This record gives sequence, structure tokens and C-alpha cells, in this order.
Amino acid sequence: MSVLKIEEENFEKEVLKADGKVLLDFYADWCMPCKMMSPTIDEIAEELQGKVKVGKINIDNNQDLAMKYDVMSIPTIMIFENGNPIKTFIGVTEKQKILDQLK
Amino acid sequence: MYDVIIIGAGPAGVSAALYTKRANLNVLMLYKGESALEKAEHIENYYGFENGISGKDLYITGMKQAKNLGVEVKEEEAINIKIDENNRYIVITEKEMYNTKTIILATGNKKNIPKIEGIREFEGRGVSYCAICDGFFYKNKDVVVIGNGKYAVSEANELVNIAKSVTILTDGKEAPEIKENSIKIDTRKIRRIIGDNKVEEVEFNDNDKIETSGVFVAVGVASGNDFAKKLGIITKDNNIVVNEKMETNIPGIYACGDCVGKLLQISKSVYEGTEAGLQAIQYIRSNK
Repeated sequence: MSVLKIEEENFEKEVLKADGKVLLDFYADWCMPCKMMSPTIDEIAEELQGKVKVGKINIDNNQDLAMKYDVMSIPTIMIFENGNPIKTFIGVTEKQKILDQLK
Repeated sequence: MYDVIIIGAGPAGVSAALYTKRANLNVLMLYKGESALEKAEHIENYYGFENGISGKDLYITGMKQAKNLGVEVKEEEAINIKIDENNRYIVITEKEMYNTKTIILATGNKKNIPKIEGIREFEGRGVSYCAICDGFFYKNKDVVVIGNGKYAVSEANELVNIAKSVTILTDGKEAPEIKENSIKIDTRKIRRIIGDNKVEEVEFNDNDKIETSGVFVAVGVASGNDFAKKLGIITKDNNIVVNEKMETNIPGIYACGDCVGKLLQISKSVYEGTEAGLQAIQYIRSNK
């Protein structure tokens, strides 16, 4: 399973109604730290294939979602479970720190 | 195009400069503001000085040594770093823009986070350290920038086209010179940042408050930590995270000395500057 492109249209199905944990990366193409974070998210998606759903949300195209979840700095990495965010990391975050929360 | 730009001219920066220059690289060392070393009155625990030496003398001698070896040294404040499409770095100072293949951050231990109640608490919820990264979220909102130097003005300029209003809060310090008329300045001392779940107001010592959605912190000269936040370099407790080769998580960017934390000692900075320099040499030779 590769990294999903999450948008308003599929947010409910892929995130809110998903089984298990979902890792979401709120990013923008113009954001330098987001570019640095992106490969780490890809690696996590690969390593936890079949176990954790991983998606990326472009905040330029999905401003309402960013606003709804109080994203005020990017990258913001959020872990959802049962339709609710259970953990938020703001800024570039070490891979292990994220993995620890996905166990 | 430089091979190496070193930001900072203390023991770590100078050591990196000596090694990279001796490897015939094209090296620029930028510095601005006071080094912690200059403030050390008398140093007795560093190798090779029978009667000790003053921090200031050691600092000046170190910089002269780099210059004598042919290192280009400029007293210019680095205010931003960008990466172009070809993964080359651009260091932007108050005066110029310089292209470089590698960067060595040796900016010292200054954290530049003022001790204002609420700053830490609201990080990521209205408090930001990077106008270019987070300005987007403050479209048509009122924001403030805390600081009073060129770095604060540069952050305010980034925000002025996005936000509804931008006010520089100097927190009791002298007002900076600004060219942009739409930026307001308030020099009152700040007591605290107030908000429920996110930043809503800034309260001054005179009990007056102003409403704001965002507080951008840009105090003093931009620190290694500030550059890290703009570029996406991993930090921990506001120290830059490096491996044993002084590499950050971004290829070609190294950090050494006090800005990576641990022992704040000259000997450690000299070692780390050496390592960062040697690694930069290897990086440039293998990426030719």
C-alpha cells in the first residue's frame, strides 16, 4: 500500500471510518521542511504496509481540513484512530518518534 | 558559487574553515553578533596557553588565522537559507545572496527564545519560528513579530503581503529601521501571550492587550535553530541533531559547536568543526 492522497472527498472514508491507526502528513509543495519530512513518511508507509494507513494532505487544496484540525504550522503529522486525532507532531520529526506512536 | 559557507566564526566555525581552506576549497565565513567565546574572561582549561588566555583574544586570533590562510570572512548577518531546484543552497544575508554547495552551521548556543509566558505553550498553535513556512495560515489575520533586529524585519516583510496587519513587538528594546510603511512597531515590554486553545492576545507590562492570531519569534540574530526550522533540519530541545560525522538530516548541511548542544567547551567545538570540515571536503569531492 502506497501513500494515499487524502482530500475532502475521501477524508471520511479513508481516515474517519478507517480501521486501525491512520498517519496523516499535512504539507504544501512550497514548504521546505515538508520536503525534508516527505521521504520519512514514505518510508513509514512502506515499513508498516498492511498495518497502518498512511496519507498526505496538501493544505493548499484542502484548507478546510487544515483549519478543522487546527493545523497552523507545517509539516504537521497527525495520527488518527476511530475518527479522532490521538497524536500530533509539529515540524520535522524523527522517524522513530512517529513509529513509537504507531505501535 | 562557494564550496562551503560557514555561519559563525567561533572555535567550531574557524576550525571548519581552516580544514576546508587547506583542502583548497572556496570558503566563505559569515559572522555577526557576539560569540560566547568573547565573553569568556579567562580561559585556563584549553590546551597550549601556559598562562591561559582571554576569550576575546582567542576569538580574534582564531579569526585572523582563518583570514591569513585565505578564508574569505565577512561581517554580514545571515538571515535566511534557501534550497534551489538543483539542491544547491542559497545563503541570504542583510546585503547579498550567496550560492554554495555545502553549509556548516556553527552559530553558537544562542536559542533566541525570549522568556515570555506562553511562548512554549503555544508553539504550533499560534507561536511560530518561521514566517515563510507558517505565514500561509495567517492569511488576512493580525500577526506580531517579536524581535528588533534585521532578522525580525525580514520575517515581518515575509508576512506583510499575507497577513491583515503586521506589528513588530520589540519587547522593550529599541525600534528597528523599517522601509515597509504598513508594518507597525510597538516597543512596550511584553508580559505574556494569552489564549484558550491557541494564541489570541499579547499582554504588555502596562496591562494593555492587543489581539493577534500569530506570534512570530525572531529575536536577535538568526540562530542555528532558526535556520533548522526553516529548512527542515531535525532539532531536539532546540539543539540541531547531528550524527557522529556532524551531518544533519539534509545532505551537505553540517552543524558543529555549541549549536548542537552537549559540552559547551572550546575543545569540543574545535573537534566538531574539524569533523564537519573534513566531511564537507569529502562531500564536495564525491559530488563533483
